[in-house]
Amino acid sequence: MAVKKFITGCFDDEAVLFPAVKQVRRKGYKIHDIFTPFPIHGLDKAMGLRDTSLHVAGFIYGITGTATALGFITWALTYDWPINFGGKPFFSLPAWIPITFELTVLFSAVGMVWTFCWLCQLAPFVKKDHFNPRSTDDLFVMALECTDKTSEAESISFLQSLGAKDVQVQHKETEWWWGRYDKDRKVFEQKDEKVH
Amino acid sequence: MVIKEQFIVTKRYRSISMLLMAVGILAIIALYIAHGSKSDPKEQARFWGSLLQNSVYFLLLVNTAMFFICSTILSWGGWQMSFRRVTEAISACVPVIGVICAAILFAIVFGNNHEIYRWADARVVNEDEIIQFKSGFLNKGFFVGWTIFTIGSWALIGWKMRKLSHSLDEKPLESVEAGKKYMWKTTVWSAIYIVVFALTVLSSTPWLWLMSIDAHWFSTMYSWYTFGSTYVAGIALITLFVVFLKNNDYLELTNQEHLHDLGKFIFAFSIFWAYLWFDQFMLIWYANIPEETTYFRPRGYGIYSGIFWLMFIINFVGPILILMSRGSKRNYATITFVSISMVFGHWLDFFQMVFPGPNPDKVPMILYDFGVALGFAGLIMYVTGRALSRSPLIIRNHPLIKESIIHHT
Repeated sequence: MAVKKFITGCFDDEAVLFPAVKQVRRKGYKIHDIFTPFPIHGLDKAMGLRDTSLHVAGFIYGITGTATALGFITWALTYDWPINFGGKPFFSLPAWIPITFELTVLFSAVGMVWTFCWLCQLAPFVKKDHFNPRSTDDLFVMALECTDKTSEAESISFLQSLGAKDVQVQHKETEWWWGRYDKDRKVFEQKDEKVH
Repeated sequence: MVIKEQFIVTKRYRSISMLLMAVGILAIIALYIAHGSKSDPKEQARFWGSLLQNSVYFLLLVNTAMFFICSTILSWGGWQMSFRRVTEAISACVPVIGVICAAILFAIVFGNNHEIYRWADARVVNEDEIIQFKSGFLNKGFFVGWTIFTIGSWALIGWKMRKLSHSLDEKPLESVEAGKKYMWKTTVWSAIYIVVFALTVLSSTPWLWLMSIDAHWFSTMYSWYTFGSTYVAGIALITLFVVFLKNNDYLELTNQEHLHDLGKFIFAFSIFWAYLWFDQFMLIWYANIPEETTYFRPRGYGIYSGIFWLMFIINFVGPILILMSRGSKRNYATITFVSISMVFGHWLDFFQMVFPGPNPDKVPMILYDFGVALGFAGLIMYVTGRALSRSPLIIRNHPLIKESIIHHT
């Protein structure tokens, strides 16, 4: 568990958010993340995030599925239990292609869903801290990570000058934990002061 | 941003297209001297087969441009609007190649040589019960009528769609009401086109033009398969023209995002093609009925098997591996390479559809056909360039143009 200090600002307009992201990055602040109620096209690029490696994982899962299907059917139908189907050779590849295709799709789809959940830290009973519940409703919430050298007052006024509303200093848990919000009060007992 | 709205056909562009057409005509003459003028009907069929393969392939290829427009209109897609004029210009080749194709088809049906269309020979039909059984469909009258209907309706509705699009250039839409009316009108016309397309390419026309070469054999998937083949090659052709115009500083509003989507189309439809290609093969292989396996005897297992597997690599393995990653779909070099290989690979596919029928024992020398194909490529270049230069490259007044400008994948 690592509790860190953040400065959060809320935006309600994409046209304000994008220049703000640009300015914040130019100033050298570290953007922890931006939480939005829906996907915003081009935000990842504006934030300078690297491409996800989810598709590489998907490719590897797919290849695994292909190999599994071909390997198992070949072993079963040519070595372990050869059966004569309508006079076809035991090793009759065309008949196996549909199964191979299905298993490729199945492996890559299921594997990618699991990997996606892993990367997003989504699982039953896994809890994450929220910066602002309105990021699930109507606001884009930008969280700047503070270091020892960050001047609070300066960064607050900077965010406000960029059009952010409801700027707050928050101490938040960055990792996930097992448990329940109501039982686990510890992470919410940190300072959470509001600035106007 | 300054937008170059007017495409100007340069001298170099025109002379290259003329040169390609000259190569094509030379190839046809050479082919006629080497094969067409012989008295052996098999040799003559070699000549006509080449013309049939190339004209049908390139006609279906340019026609998919209009299918692309109409299907995106019906699905309310706006992303293609920034290069819509390119697809329209490609579809302007349909009447030109259509006339050539119809002339060749009728010459084969009504000529004395029946090596390609055996069902057109009355003596063969008299002795052949299978063809007699099919004669309600495979007869000269229906062939001519359906061919005229097919090419005529493609050309007519395509012309109407282009006219609707060009009408916006002089007369901007005045109000939201006028815009809604315009969108409704294009939707209705593209729906009509899609229905005609479904009745022709997607179901019956390739049966008449290509499948009837092997008159005994049949496959209900054949037309779908032909469509899959030409559609992916047609998207590749659109991509080639878009890349060409981008390289010449046109189409400022088209960027990598649009290219990425075209790449996705090529990627997806090459898989679609492989799916149909394999399904047609597998069902016949599995059932193993002599009436059906005759088709794959020369193609997959006989002397044509080299082209069979080469085609599989070019049309499926290549694009799926090259275009899988995001970067390669956005890269001009890889997308151009894949597009050229797609157009060539599906041309090989049509070679496989035509030649093993009349020439099951010997693979014809493919260089002649390649020369003829270059001629058609020059013709497409010439007609498309002319159509592009006649109207602004951007549909400035279209209601969906903004959607295309801010398009993001």
